[in-house]
Amino acid sequence: MSIRHSLLALLSEGPKYGFQLRQEFEVSTGDVWPLNVGQVYTTLDRLERDGLAESDDLDTDERQRNFRITRAGEEELSRWLRTPPDLTQPPRDELVIKVLVAFRLPEVDVFEVIQVHRRYLVQLMQQWTRLKEDESHFDLAFALAVDAELFRLDSVVRWLDAADGRLRRFHLEAAEDRTVAPPRIRRRIGAHR
Amino acid sequence: MSMLELRNVSKVYGEGATEVDALSDIDLAVERGSLVAIMGPSGSGKSTLLTIAGSLELPTTGDVMINGTNVVGMSRYDKARLRRRTIGYVFQDFNLLAGLTAVENVSLPLELDGVPLKRARVQGMSALDALGLAHRAGRFPDELSGGERQRVAIARAVVGERSLLLADEPSGALDSVNGEAVMRMILAACHGGVAALVVTHDAKLASWADRVVFLRDGRAVDETLPPQPPEELLSQQATNP
Ligand SMILES: Nc1ncnc2c1ncn2[C@@H]1O[C@H](COP(=O)(O)OP(=O)(O)OP(=O)(O)O)[C@@H](O)[C@H]1O
Ligand SMILES: [Mg+2]
Repeated sequence: MSIRHSLLALLSEGPKYGFQLRQEFEVSTGDVWPLNVGQVYTTLDRLERDGLAESDDLDTDERQRNFRITRAGEEELSRWLRTPPDLTQPPRDELVIKVLVAFRLPEVDVFEVIQVHRRYLVQLMQQWTRLKEDESHFDLAFALAVDAELFRLDSVVRWLDAADGRLRRFHLEAAEDRTVAPPRIRRRIGAHR
Repeated sequence: MSMLELRNVSKVYGEGATEVDALSDIDLAVERGSLVAIMGPSGSGKSTLLTIAGSLELPTTGDVMINGTNVVGMSRYDKARLRRRTIGYVFQDFNLLAGLTAVENVSLPLELDGVPLKRARVQGMSALDALGLAHRAGRFPDELSGGERQRVAIARAVVGERSLLLADEPSGALDSVNGEAVMRMILAACHGGVAALVVTHDAKLASWADRVVFLRDGRAVDETLPPQPPEELLSQQATNP
């Protein structure tokens, strides 16, 4: 979540005060990502330092200052909107590591570990969905932000399902080989079930 | 009393070497006004559970109580009436009648139950309308897209005064916006007192349910805990952005 660019976007609509930026940020993300005032002012300071935003009077209290976007800021905003986020590096996902570890440990039932996480994720998704259900709370920005969260969690559930299916097939195949496999391996596979 | 209760239900298909334990020792209750989702991998017994809950098939052992009456031991005639009056069923393959238009498909169960034709059609139209399909009412199933057929099947299941709604992958062919519309419609039926049991692979849809039961190899292996208040999510984010 780039606070920096979201603030630039709000400034591109016209000059604004810090407190105003915070309010508008929260509204525009459907209150899904609350911001504290400190974050707003540190970000504004950095934008100013980098020449992407400016304000008239550097001496007055931050809260009294009116910020506006610079030409360089507009270019930066336009560039950022069109730059894909870095999805090329595989994330060192903690959950992936947990499942890999569970798979390696003979005394751990990897399917039970997967189910624990699956249940937790679905519960979290129920919570997010409930936010959408209450339509009085419903506005477009909010719905988009909640959907993004739901799709993200859903992709994790799907990965768990895929891992579950893959491991299951592996175990079935291993069980078929069991009659010819040496006893040491047999014991390890048996413990996995 | 629960609207639907499965007590110690097991289902075995085939015999001897080809025997399949499709369901084992299932205990499940669905209350009026609540939406329960079943999740599980392919072949885990979801459709079997739903056909048994809908009295379309009998369990090998165990009891199926619908509105307090045991379906096991009921006459064919009584079961047919129960299905027509009480149960709305969305099949995995939609099961629309090819010779009837969309609105005729939707209003058929009402007509079979003696509702005058005109009133049945009006109710059928409004159910189609709620799913954004009023403009397709006069089309035959083979003139509809897969997603449209699915919505017709859902309209047919919710129309009338049914009190138990059973849906097998009700959003299989739908995009996420239409999938959400379907879940909202099912949820609205629940708020009106209907008990609903929905089978799905899709966690986004399951998450509309009050309770999610996880099926594996014919057994209910786990279920979600009662949901936490959603407001917590927002305050958590505030302290930890
Ligand atoms: N009529 C039948 N005769 C024999 N076996 C059956 C019959 N119906 C289902 N089965 C078996 O029972 C098991 C459960 O099937 P079921 O259709 O309930 O799975 P499912 O969870 O609905 O799967 P999917 O997600 O693929 O729809 C499977 O192993 C299936 O092959
Ligand atoms: Mg099925």
